[in-house]
Formats: sequence, C-alpha cells, structure tokens
Amino acid sequence: MNKKIEIKICMGTGGIAAGGTEVRDSFESSLKDRNISAELQMGCDVHKVGCRGLCAKDVLVDVIVNNQKTTYQYIKPNMISRIIDEHIIGGDPVGEWSVAEDYHNFHEKQVKVVLSDCGNIDPESIDAYIAVNGYKATEQVLKNMTPQDVVEVMKKSGLRGRGGAGFPTGVKWEVCRGVESDQKYIICNADEGDPGAFMDRAVIEGNPHAVIEGMIIGAYAIGASKGYVYIRAEYPLAIERLVHAIKEATERGFLGKNILGSDFSFSIKLKLGAGAFVCGEETALIASIEGQRGMPRAKPPFPVYKGLWGKPTVINNVETLANIPYIIRNGAEWFSSYGTEKSKGTKVFALTGKVKNTGLIEVPMGITLKEIIYDIGGGIEGGKTLKAVQTGGPSGGCLTPDMLDINVDYESLAKVGSIVGSGGMIALDEDDCMVNVAKYFLQFTQAESCGKCVPCRIGTKRLLEMLDRITKGLGKEEDLALLESLSNDVKATSLCGLGQTAPNPILSTLKYFKDEYEAHIRDKRCPAGVCKDLLTYSILEQFCTGCGACMRACPAGAITGEKKKLHTIDPDLCIKCGACFDVCKFKSVKKS
Amino acid sequence: MPEVPQEMEKKLNELLDKHIKKEGSAISILQDIQEEFGYISPEAVIWFSKNTDIPESKFYGIATFYAQFYLNPRGKNIVTACCGTACHVKGAERLINSAKRELSLTDENNTTEDKEFTLEQVACVGACSIAPVAIINKKVYGKMTSDKLTREIKALKKL
Repeated sequence: MNKKIEIKICMGTGGIAAGGTEVRDSFESSLKDRNISAELQMGCDVHKVGCRGLCAKDVLVDVIVNNQKTTYQYIKPNMISRIIDEHIIGGDPVGEWSVAEDYHNFHEKQVKVVLSDCGNIDPESIDAYIAVNGYKATEQVLKNMTPQDVVEVMKKSGLRGRGGAGFPTGVKWEVCRGVESDQKYIICNADEGDPGAFMDRAVIEGNPHAVIEGMIIGAYAIGASKGYVYIRAEYPLAIERLVHAIKEATERGFLGKNILGSDFSFSIKLKLGAGAFVCGEETALIASIEGQRGMPRAKPPFPVYKGLWGKPTVINNVETLANIPYIIRNGAEWFSSYGTEKSKGTKVFALTGKVKNTGLIEVPMGITLKEIIYDIGGGIEGGKTLKAVQTGGPSGGCLTPDMLDINVDYESLAKVGSIVGSGGMIALDEDDCMVNVAKYFLQFTQAESCGKCVPCRIGTKRLLEMLDRITKGLGKEEDLALLESLSNDVKATSLCGLGQTAPNPILSTLKYFKDEYEAHIRDKRCPAGVCKDLLTYSILEQFCTGCGACMRACPAGAITGEKKKLHTIDPDLCIKCGACFDVCKFKSVKKS
Repeated sequence: MPEVPQEMEKKLNELLDKHIKKEGSAISILQDIQEEFGYISPEAVIWFSKNTDIPESKFYGIATFYAQFYLNPRGKNIVTACCGTACHVKGAERLINSAKRELSLTDENNTTEDKEFTLEQVACVGACSIAPVAIINKKVYGKMTSDKLTREIKALKKL
C-alpha cells in the first residue's frame, strides 16, 4: 500500500470555535490507535490550514488521497474513525458527510488572488508558503528590479487601497519614494475595527507570510528600513501567527540585514492596538504607535511626507499588502485583467447576516450584487425576503433589492450612496428594522468618536439621541428633516474619516427606507417587530397547546396558565425579551 | 499618596527597569501594569508617575481613551459578548440580557460582587460568519443561544 495522504483541517478562528483543535487531535490519535501500517502513517500528513471561507460549515476537512481531494463538512471528533476506516484505509470517501452542491456554488463565482493560498497551506510553516512560490517575488524584486520598477508595476496593475478609501497604491508609494529623508517607515494597518468585517483577520490567520512579503516589497520601493504592523488586540490568533511568521522570515533571511545578499535591510515590529476604532485612521494610528491617545490630526501634511515620528510613512492595509507578491509574480497585466476599468483586481468581502452561506469571499471587482447574494451566498435563509444589503459598515450605506444588478466596485457603489469600504457586507431580511440598524451604527460611531472635533463629538451624540427617541416611539415629525440636515453638517465639518462618514447609515436608510422611519414616528409602530418599546407580546389561542415552554422560559414570571390550557402574558410584567417567542414551537406567541 | 505594599513595589520596579531598557511608551507601561496586576490601579499609576517623567494625567488620558484598559478589578471568569453587526442582527442583545440575568448584573455594574464573573461587550471579534458569538475565558463559541450561554455560566459557577 503506497498512498500519499494529506489531511487539511480548517483552523481559523471559525474552525477552532467549531472544534477544529479537537478534530485534529482526534485524527492524530485515531491514526496512531488504529494500528495502521507504519508506512501509511508516515505518508499521512495532518496539518492545519487557515480559513477557506465557508465558516458556516465548519469544521471543514480536506482528505487528499493520491491527489484526489474530498472535502468534508460539519466534522466532529466522533466522525473521524469512520473517515479513516472507509476513506483512508478502504478507499471510499464517506459520501454523506462530504460537501454538497452549495459548497461548490459558494466557490464557483469566486476568483481567489489574496485568498488563493489561504485554507490551502499551513500558516505556521514558512516552508509551506515557499512551496507555493512564496518569497519568489521578494527575490525577483531584490535581484532584478529597481525600486522605481516596482512602483511602475504597482501603478500599472491599478491596485487601490483595500482599507476603504481606495487610493491607488502605486501612486502612494511613488510620492513617498520621492521624499528625501534619512528614515522612512511602512506600516501595515491591521486595526480592522469595522464591526462585521473580518477579511484582514482571515488573511493574517491563513497566510501571514504574504502580508510580510508585501511589506518587504513596499519597503524596498519607498526606501524604508523599518516597518510596523498595527494589529488589534482582539485578534489573538492572528497575532500569534504573525509573531511566528516574522520570526521564521527573520531566521530565513527574508527580514533583517542585507536581505538575500542585497544591500537592502528591513525589519518589522508588532504594535498591539488597545481597542479604539478611530486608530484605523492613519494619523490616529501613528499617534497610537507613538504612545499617545489615538487622536487624528488635520491633513495635510499627509503621512507620506510627515508620518511616524515626523518621517515619511506609507500605511497600507493588510489585504492591499497581501495582493502585492501575487502581482509581482504574475504581472500587472494579469492583475488588471480582473475587475472594471477603474476598479482593478479582486476584493475580499465578509459576507454575513441573513444569507445561507455566510463566510469570507473573494470576487472580481464589478461582479453583480445578485451574484454575490444569490449564487455565492445561496440566497436568504429560512425562505425570508431580502430587505437590504449593508456595505462598508458604520461608514457605509444600504443597497436595496431593486439594485441587485449593480456592479460591486468603488464607483458604482459610491453612486448610490454606499461604499466598498473595507469589505463588510451584511444581508438584512424582513425581520430587520432599518431604523434600528442605523441606530446600531450610530451607537458604535458615537462611542468611538475620539472627541477631538465638535461636529463629530456632539453631532453623533445628537443624531443618536434622535434615533433613540424614534425607536422608542417618541419621535417627532420634524426629526426627519433635522436628522438629514444634521447628518450633512457632521459629514461636511468633521476632522477625520470617522465623523465624515458616520452619518452615512442614517442618510442611506432615510433615502431608501423612509417609510420605516415614518411608521415609527407617526404610527408608533416598528414594522419589522424589532424595537422593543413598540412591541407587545401575546399568545394566540388557536395555536397554544399549553405545553408550558414559554412559562418556563420567561425570566420575568409574566406568563401564567394551567397545563394543556391556554397560557397568557401579563403585559405589566413582560420585559419584552422575546424568550417566549424563540422557545414556542407552535408559533403561538405573536409580536405586534 | 497611597501606601504601596512591598510585594507590589518589587513588581513595579521590575516593570520600570524593563520600560527603561525597552524605551517603552506610556501605553506599553499601562499594558504591562495591566498584564501584571489585572487592572490599572491608582497606586500603580501614581508610583509610575513619581518614578518617571510622565504625569498621572497622561496615564489616565490614555487608560480612559482605549477600551482595553480596566480601571477596576475584573472577575475570575470573563464572559464576552460580541456586538458586531452580524451578531447584533442575530440577537446579541438577547445573549447579553440573559447573561446579565443569570449573573444578576446591571448596566453600571458588570462584575459580580464575589468577583467571580465579569460580563464584557466587544465591538467585533471578527467571527461574523458564526454569529452570534460569545467568548468565555478566551474560548470562542459560535452560533450561541441564550440557553447555551446560561448553561455554560452555570457550569462555571459550580467549579
């Protein structure tokens, strides 16, 4: 028996939460226990890989026997013995556990550049990265290209910053390259603070060396000898893998003095964010690395002229940097063959919310929203209808179902009042209240406003107070006009991107879902049944079986009733937590 | 100024040495203090301010700016509810309310009186595809329900 067997277990944050570590341990111990020939054990390579996207089906496991790959979904430790017996020893994959059509549909329309090696290689092994041509781009750049050549390739590729603003990367590098200074810096912005976005976490967890390689190439192009990665402390696994990768890269001579025998030297330090969303803004991020409160300052001067410690500094986002090795290796034309005229390449999105297939996706720029939601996402779960797709998180806006044919790229989304942003994409259905969603984002931006400039500090507070009133049924008719005008003022007069974009969720929901605001204000009604103060719970006589489940679930003791008889809710005691609604199997609890 | 116990002073001196050697900033001092003592106590801040040229106000300016610094002792068990957008639309608030009820906590007070539990909320842990998410003592739980969360808390109470 001479088989080559490889087992890949998804162990990103999602995979580990679903039990990835236990699955791996079970594979390792079961292989040992099972008295399998030493030969087979030797040839059997069990390793962890980063996220391959469809976290909803974790733990995902690839079993590759003689290059024949079978992917299994929802794997638990107690399923391993059968996979080993039937598939690895017996040669027949366990059909009922392998992925189905929806897994293939999820991947079919995706184009993976940044994520091409994520979920395929062991992120904690530099050899695994080198085996897929890792660090070839560094070699190519240091041996055969001048810094200006690198800048030209980046400009030609059309790559634009993936952190949200979409500024052309090659242009940023060229400007910084042109500034004379004894010291320059390159910073990787891994302070992914948008709630609902996790692209950067997945890239670092799945392929940290690509980010490091992007930084090396960027540093060479602009003439920087020191780099920083500013990463959120909320991402412990990403930090662990990055620290490990920097150590490996230094040991192998890809970081440090005279890299690969050239006269170029470069080193990377890690700085942990301490939990402030505003630090994703360039100048605030710099202040934070310098040990100050992370408050933004006015631009210009831009960081490319005066950045960290007053020296020229380029700040690139994780996904932007991870694109770079692939662009150098495959050429600018290859990269720009994907996407639209002004938005080149691919974009990673965190597709979440009410779609069936939630996860991490990478698509060519310009793909339609419909393809993302229905082909990749598999449509809305539970047979509900799509109400909106929110993109760009707290800085973004909503797209409505009649915009399904829109091309997802920087220009098209901007035209309808939303943004590509960093890549959060949340599908909302009929059960989501758009006023509540706007309030949610304002709660976030108001709490995260650093307080330096008045429009943002006080403006977001006033906007939030108005939204709060409306969701409590205390809104006034004139609030609608006031919300709009104050939103526009905050946008126009705030110092940094946080305040300039914070009102977007309000403006966008006001534009497309004004009827929901009106229902809250005029009829004191929340059409989606979300806003607690506007709800009452009652039990429908015709469906109630008197099982008592609601009575047991009620934390307030508001439900009474005899066994097998109709139960009732005391509205004075009800705290509107929704526990009875969730627990009733007969749909007899009604929200209205 | 408050009296600093001898044991604490020894630790503070170690941190100060490390800080001088590494040219750390006020942020890294605070991160070290928190790592060592679990939270930022007034004693530690005043001590450091006296032994460095950094004023107390600067330490507090930073400690109150960043969400990761704690000015009060935390519980032995940390329950974190993610409040990211995906978790929000999938019912994070219900998780928080049921944890609050189970632990008899209020909006103002997020640590139990016996210092066994602290309930925290975090903006987003980036595990949106398995929303709603809760983290109990650093272990991430996806697709969390009120029932499951209450059960996990009850199990910890028995330990």
